[in-house]
This record gives sequence, C-alpha cells and structure tokens, in this order.
Amino acid sequence: MIGSAPPIAIETPAFSTGRFRAEREADWIAFDALLTRLEKKGAKALSSDELLQLPLLYRATLSSLSIARATSLDKALLEHLEALSIRGYFLIYGVRQSRLDRMKRFFLHDWPAAVRSVWKETVVIALILLLGTLTSWSLVSHNPEWYYNFVPEELAGGRDPRATAEFLRGTIGHGKAAGEQEGALHMFATYLFTHNSQVSIMSFALGFAFGVPTMMLEYYQGISLGAMLAVFTSKGLGVEFGGWLFIHGTTELFAAALSGAAGLRIGAAVVFPGARARLQAAADAGRTAGKVMVGVIIMLLVAGLLEGFGRQLIADTLLRYAIGTLMLLFWLGYYYLPRRGGA
Amino acid sequence: MTAAAANARAQIARRNKVRQFVTPEGVDLELRIASAGLRLGALVIDVCLIQLILVGFTLLMIWALGASESSIAISIWMLGAFLLRTFWFIGFELGQRAATPGKRLVGIRVVARDGGRLTADAVVARNLIRELEIFLPLTFMGFSAAEDTASWWTMLAGFVWSLTLSLFLLFNRDRMRMGDLIAGTWVVMAERVRLDRDIAASAEAVAGALTFSDAELAVYGIFELQELERVIRAGDARTMREVADTIRAKIGRPVAEEDDVFLLSYYRQLKARLERKLLFGKRREDKYASD
Repeated sequence: MIGSAPPIAIETPAFSTGRFRAEREADWIAFDALLTRLEKKGAKALSSDELLQLPLLYRATLSSLSIARATSLDKALLEHLEALSIRGYFLIYGVRQSRLDRMKRFFLHDWPAAVRSVWKETVVIALILLLGTLTSWSLVSHNPEWYYNFVPEELAGGRDPRATAEFLRGTIGHGKAAGEQEGALHMFATYLFTHNSQVSIMSFALGFAFGVPTMMLEYYQGISLGAMLAVFTSKGLGVEFGGWLFIHGTTELFAAALSGAAGLRIGAAVVFPGARARLQAAADAGRTAGKVMVGVIIMLLVAGLLEGFGRQLIADTLLRYAIGTLMLLFWLGYYYLPRRGGA
Repeated sequence: MTAAAANARAQIARRNKVRQFVTPEGVDLELRIASAGLRLGALVIDVCLIQLILVGFTLLMIWALGASESSIAISIWMLGAFLLRTFWFIGFELGQRAATPGKRLVGIRVVARDGGRLTADAVVARNLIRELEIFLPLTFMGFSAAEDTASWWTMLAGFVWSLTLSLFLLFNRDRMRMGDLIAGTWVVMAERVRLDRDIAASAEAVAGALTFSDAELAVYGIFELQELERVIRAGDARTMREVADTIRAKIGRPVAEEDDVFLLSYYRQLKARLERKLLFGKRREDKYASD
C-alpha cells in the first residue's frame, strides 16, 4: 500500500493511523452489523452474498487488529477491534452443525460410545453396588436388628423386620393397599425422576475427589437395597419383591452405576493421568462423563415413568420381570452391540 | 521510584490475566480471564432470574391447579422447576454467545481452553458440577441447622471442606471452577466495545495553531497518553481542568487557552510522536521508561 502511494511532501507521513482508520472503518462497521444480525437471528437471516462476505470481513478485521496493535496507540480503537475480532472468531469457528444434526449424532453415536468407553468403571461400580447389597443382606438375614442401622425409620415406611408378610405384600402392589393412589401416579413418577436425577448428578460430581465419595455413595445405595431384600426374603416374598424392583430397577440401577462410573472416570483421570498432563486428562474425562450424564438423566426419566406408572399399574410379577428384562436387554444392546461407523 | 514500581506491578497484573489464543489466521486474540467478582455477579444475576421465573411459574401452576382441580399441575411444576434449575445454564451456554443472561450482562463468556469449538458435553460437564459447588455447602448448612450441637463441629468441618471446592477458582491463576477444570473451559471477557470517534482526527480541525516542542512532548509515555485519551473521551470539565493544569505545570506553560483545546492538541501531538517512535520499533510504556 505504501509502495503504491504517490510521492508526497516530507511533513505529511506516508502512513498515519488516522488514514488507516478512515480507510478500513467501513469494513469494521459492516462486520459488526453482520455479527449482530447473526447473533440475534442466526445464519438464516443472512443472504448468501452476506454469508460470503462474512469470512472476508472477518479476515479484514483481524488484519486491521494486527496493524493497529503494531502502529496505533488509540486505546478505544484497539479495544473495539479486539472485542470485534473475538466475537467474530467465536461466531465463525463456533458452530459447524445444526442442533438437529448434533442431537442425531448424540443419540446414534456419542451417547453409546461414551458409555462403552467407561465400561471398566461401570463394572467396578456395579461390583461395589453388589458388594453393598450382599453385605447388608447377609447381616440382616442373620440378625434383623442390623436393619435399623441401614435404613432410616422414616424412609422404610413400616417395611421393617417387625412388619407382617401381609403388610409387606401390600407395599409392593399385591393385595388391598395397591391401586388406591392411582390418581397421583404422575406426581409420584415426577418426584422419583427429579430426586433420582439429583442423586445421580451428585454421585457424578463427587467423582473428582479421586472417586472415593462416589464409591461410598454407591456402596450405601447397595446397602439399603440389600437390607430391604433381606426383610422381604425372610417373609418368603423374595420373588415378588424382585419383580417389584426389577421392572424399573434394571434401568434405574444401570443409570446409577453409569453416573457413578462417570464420576469415577474423572477421579481416575485426576489420579492416573497417564502420558497426558493432569489438567488435560481431567478435561478429556470430563467431556466423556458429560455425555454419559446426559444419557443418565434420560435413563432416569424412563425409570421414573416405569416406576411411577408401570409398577403401580402392572401387578403381575411375571410381567414385571419380563418388562425389566426387556429394558435391560434394550440398554445393553443399545450401548454395547458393535455397530458400523463408530470409532 | 515507588510510583514506577507500582505502575510496573499493575502492568504485570494485567498481563497475567491475558491468555494466548491464536486463531488459524495466526492472530493472537489475547483473551482476558474474567475476574472472580464478575463471575459472582453473573451467578447472582442468574440465580435471581431463575427465582423470579420460578415464582411466576409457581403462581401460574397454582392458578392452573385451582382452575382444573387436577394434580397434574403439581407434576408439571416439579418437572419444570427441575428442568429450569438444571438446564438454565446448559441451555444458554450452548447458544451462539456461550453465556447465560447474567454472563452477558457483565460481559463474559465460556470458551474451550484448547481454542476449539465449545462442545455440548463440555457445557454439560461444567454445569452439572455446579450442583455440587453450590448445593454441597448449602446441604451442610442445612444439616447443621437441623442437628444438635454434638455434631456441630463435624458439620462445620464438612462445610469448610465443601467451601474449598466451591471457592476453588480463587486458588488458581486461570480462575477455573471445578467445573471448568473438568470440562476444559475458561470464562473470559467478551464485552462489546463501541467504536468511538477518532479524537486525534477531529483535533486537526479544532486546533492547528497550538504546537509543542519535542522536549515538552518527551515527558510522557503510552500509559499517560491513554489515560489522557480516557479523560478527553469522558469529557468531564473538572477532571479536564485538573489534568490540563498538571500537564501545564509539568511542561512549564502558562494558562493561555481553553482546557479542551489545550488537551486535544497536546494529545494529538503526543500521540503522533509516540506512534512515530512505535513505527521505528521503540515502545515507551510509561513516563518512567527511557525516551
């Protein structure tokens, strides 16, 4: 630019920041206007000509920023160009897919892939759950007094070793007590969903403390499960209780195990980062875990529906087992069946 | 030289907030990390907005409950409250501007630390951790209020422990929450800056007569120039009077002309002088640096 300028008098410099600004200002204003429209209304608001203009104006602005940094001391100008370039960068390099495409990709590929990649953690958490269940089951079977240590009075709702078999049968939907509160089923389902989601989010979020609180939480879940199981089996209701639990439990416990696994993945990445930097390892694990957690919330929604509606409306034990097994097979197939295109 | 030292310290502090962020075009965007105060401000605004919406939503549902006599309103309320609390942050941060309304108001946004695209899973991860950071201390407080004094100390210990998680961002240079750490994100400044008029250009029209000698211009550096620019743009008469008097005293000139004329022409000539030196590769940061 300077080379092509005609010879001028010594007093006026060939390059001045005033002239630089006057020459380029129109580009910045045009870019600013395009960005504002893009932010407010999305890419659809721009004509194809304007879309083609966008990267040109972006590069012009970036080059202006470089020149201004090297030559100008006008702070307002520098700050404007910096803010404009940052805005432009994130808009132009930000989104490359539509929301629908991203959703499709998440359900078809990202979600199962993320769950598959935490399979080791899932196995560990499942074993911890099982261990908790077995511990409390064997303790309570031998001495029912243990039950009161594991399950708080108010949560048990009378389902404790003193209860009669008849009462227990009622609580799991066989006999007179069932079917009374059908009107409030959706409320029950919603409550279960929101409550379980919050517990799962906690169990995931606690993971970064090296995964220890996550494992404790899962162990505790197993403990209360085992204690209940022991009470019902001692009254000869083991099979019925199993069905009561199974219909939604396969989905819910699977989700609980996955949320624990997501937490554990982060904890493990912080403790054993491998060849990566610790921060990088944590960030990688966090992204995988984030995908798993979206899946967990969806699974819990399904579990809440099964628990709130399915379990209360279907009283037949065999059918309960069938639905539970079907759900389990569905999840296992969805997550772990090898498929094409994934890598 | 204490003023010089303080100046230098302030500059280092400013530079410590700047992170290199090179675009594919090879330009460093020099992102600045948002301060903890701004983050807190944004959070407070968001929480207030959520509460306001929740109150409105609750009133609507109470009205619906009264009108329809059906308990389905209660389920909708529970579901809505849960979705609002969990997905307010996630939903907004997935948008074009990667910022909740609170963040927009204070002028900050979320970016991926590695310079790549801010992905949905990162946004989800950083916001689910927030549940822990906010609600764990609250839970401990709730417990300590409910329990008797015997366990008071354990509750206090728990509270302090959970607080170290929540205040994690105060203990690292990048002001990362636990959630930022795990999602691989930063929160950076993203204010909008209006393109202000070019005061150096308009000065040419106002005052061509007033000229300063090289010695008179040599007393200040870039920092002072930009402070002067700020004063002129603000245009407050009393501040301008003070600044003009200070400069006059420093360079030994009598009060002979209007303050704004004096300041504008001094600004223009100082800027021209410093920019000329800049073109020759000499950047004089402030008046303490050698000319």
